Amino acid sequence: MKSKTFEKLMEIIFLISASFSIIAVFLICFFMFANGVPAIGKIGILDFILGKDWSPSNIPPSFGIFPMIVGSIYVTIGAIIIGVPIGVLTAIFLAKFCTKSLYRFLKPAVNLMAGIPSIIYGFFGLVVLVPVTRKLFGGTGNSILTASILLGIMILPTIIGLSEAAIRSVPKSYYEGAIALGATHEYSVFFAMLPAAKSGILSSIVLGIGRAIGETMAVVMVAGNQARMPNGILKGIRTLTANIVIEMGYAADLHREALIGTGVVLFVFILLINGLFSVLKRKVT
Amino acid sequence: MFFSGFSTFSILFIIIGYILIKGVPYIKPSLFALEYNTQNVSLFPAVVTTLIMTFLSLLIAAPIGIFTGFYLIEYASSSNKLVEVIRITSETLSGIPSIVYGLFGLLFFVTTLGLSFSIAAGCLTLSIMILPLIIRATEEALLAVPNTLREASFGLGAGKLRTIFRVVLPTALPGIFAGIILAIGRIVGETAALIYTAGTVPQIPKNLLSSGRTLAIHMYSLSSEGLYTNEAYATAVILLIVVIGINGLSSLIAKRLKGDLNE
Repeated sequence: MKSKTFEKLMEIIFLISASFSIIAVFLICFFMFANGVPAIGKIGILDFILGKDWSPSNIPPSFGIFPMIVGSIYVTIGAIIIGVPIGVLTAIFLAKFCTKSLYRFLKPAVNLMAGIPSIIYGFFGLVVLVPVTRKLFGGTGNSILTASILLGIMILPTIIGLSEAAIRSVPKSYYEGAIALGATHEYSVFFAMLPAAKSGILSSIVLGIGRAIGETMAVVMVAGNQARMPNGILKGIRTLTANIVIEMGYAADLHREALIGTGVVLFVFILLINGLFSVLKRKVT
Repeated sequence: MFFSGFSTFSILFIIIGYILIKGVPYIKPSLFALEYNTQNVSLFPAVVTTLIMTFLSLLIAAPIGIFTGFYLIEYASSSNKLVEVIRITSETLSGIPSIVYGLFGLLFFVTTLGLSFSIAAGCLTLSIMILPLIIRATEEALLAVPNTLREASFGLGAGKLRTIFRVVLPTALPGIFAGIILAIGRIVGETAALIYTAGTVPQIPKNLLSSGRTLAIHMYSLSSEGLYTNEAYATAVILLIVVIGINGLSSLIAKRLKGDLNE
């Protein structure tokens, strides 16, 4: 009898543990929105999201985060332009073209790339990419271009990992059918298998977008962080994430609340992207 | 395509090689002094803080994550609505960027619970962050345990709990362990979630409520101050070595796991 109550007790403990992630998501949503939304209301939602002027120390201060929204979108697009072709092609290479012995060496390398902390990527960007772009293209080197290149590198492991899995899950008969019809190995892979793996690859790109938009430390170190509308790919820019991390340390009152509001906008972006990701994933399975 | 593959891996080797070449000459015994001061920007306090932070975060997140896995796989039926909600929330948690965790930690643990910038606030924030990683690893490890093992255990008259702890858990342990190692990697490399929860004080923390900086934050502070670039390189080398070691360990375990299943 005693062991039965103990069994029941442990089941309840497991259930409570399981509900922790629900509580966590609820708390995160609650605290972000409860602290950020009133500030957005006070500033005015249109002035906040579409305002082009971010000068929190002016009198009267103005809190427009449109430059940061644009900044986040620009560097994300840049990262996609650079990271997606390289990542998808590398995934095809890993799945269909490389020898087994090479694969045993390259697969851990991709995992390692995913494990390198963003601060190291950022530092690498700061000491290598920034001077290189400065030399090649002029300007200060802290630019949209630099941030895009760095983010493109950082989303590679995400894209490679998921795309490779998607390509590998395409039934063998697709490939064999194409070969039987007289197609070459390359042709079969690119025109029979790749279209079949399309939605898996697409979801890897969506996840990559999520990574790029949420990345903070690496971007702060190379993007220049000027809070104004960008007018060129070689100009500096500030992202939503950078805005929070740079000013949170000394902000007070409405300024602080506006930064939390920036976090709310970022959070909503991420929730939308994650929603899109799970819709795509459901389509795959 | 070969070019793409080549460039991906050459980027990785350039990053690692560059940092090792630039950083290794600056790893000196003085970097491991007990005290941090402006003459000697010792990284030893950061190493201690990182260890404390990792240990405490795992202490909180590992049991919760593993128990969640137990519940999802061993107890709940897959058609259960609650299971779906838990899956969705843990997926959401894994997609939230670390800066949002940092903000949440600042609002909830630091301000509302009054923990101020402290080790406690930092590791509570981190344990939420690594929770989905551990849940996912536990789930996969439990799913890989063949059902015949459970049935045999039940057949011998063992209860559910006994079956889980004496039969299923030992079999699934390497998989769970691999997940925990990945979580360690995440903790060691984390910056954005810690700056505004654990703070940046560069000394060995005296207790749970005192602030401290981990290696990653130490490196960010050094490189953004711009005065101690060489020391930043050295810190980067140590971080990289830790991360490479952690990755090697986890893929070793994964390989052994696969070998076991094939037998």
